[in-house]
Amino acid sequence: MSSIPAMPHPVHKDREGAKLGMWLFLFTEILLFGGLFLLYSAYRAKYPLDFHTGGQHLNTFIGVANTVILLTSSLTVAIAITAIQKGNRKLTMLCLSATIGFAALFLVNKYVEWSEEIRRGIYPNGPALLKLPDGEKIFYGLYYSMTGLHGLHVLAGIVVLSVMLKFVHSNRITSSDFTKLENAGLYWHLVDVIWIFLLPLLYLAA
Amino acid sequence: MERAEEHGHIVPYQTFIKVWLLLLFLTALLVFVSTVFHEALSVAALLTLTPLKAGLVFFYFMHLKYEKPFLKSMVLVALATLTLFIGLIFIDLSFR
Repeated sequence: MSSIPAMPHPVHKDREGAKLGMWLFLFTEILLFGGLFLLYSAYRAKYPLDFHTGGQHLNTFIGVANTVILLTSSLTVAIAITAIQKGNRKLTMLCLSATIGFAALFLVNKYVEWSEEIRRGIYPNGPALLKLPDGEKIFYGLYYSMTGLHGLHVLAGIVVLSVMLKFVHSNRITSSDFTKLENAGLYWHLVDVIWIFLLPLLYLAA
Repeated sequence: MERAEEHGHIVPYQTFIKVWLLLLFLTALLVFVSTVFHEALSVAALLTLTPLKAGLVFFYFMHLKYEKPFLKSMVLVALATLTLFIGLIFIDLSFR
């Protein structure tokens, strides 16, 4: 009826739409890892004993330690979002830095773990791997593909969360405009959820 | 209420800490069951505790509990699709 707007509204922000878009991206990620979970299920059904033996040779301690690290990093990112909503920038930046630190620690553990396996000759075309039965070769192939793809996601998470930290610092993310941080948080939590599934499938399979 | 609509639900810190403690407990339980007991029980634990942990992360850490039914149902459809495909794979495998 009236063409005069009731209030000045300089920038239109569609928070719901932005979050929906992020979730749609997460669905593609779920189905990407889902494909690998399908492969894993099919081959585990075909070679149950080899998968059992393969799982026994993985470093369960590092697997569980990395689970605790990722769960804690999920907590710090969740707290960072509540903190920014309450206008506590200092706590937000502290929690984001902690999350990035935990993510880096996760990758350090991954490096230690993979180095040990590569030293034992377990790598594509490696001498020890070639002597193993077919099922175990597939197990290690899936192990490197799944943890490797997940590791790349952790690395991407470090980059995304670092950018968010910079945005909070430069006031581009504030208590009234924090959708970017929420979406980065959603991504990080999904990386955590994927690891929640990788732990029992690979490390506790024995 | 209008403010809540615009800026979203603020989840208290305590809620997140409780969920985190529960996740750590479930992880410990999962590791314990997989090392101590027998095969069938480990598989049962894997199939129940792991989705439960993922559910806690989705509902609390990812704020899904506080989202609108539309988004909730979209997540459900995506997960149901994946579950359906995993189910079909096992039907296929068992008839080979």
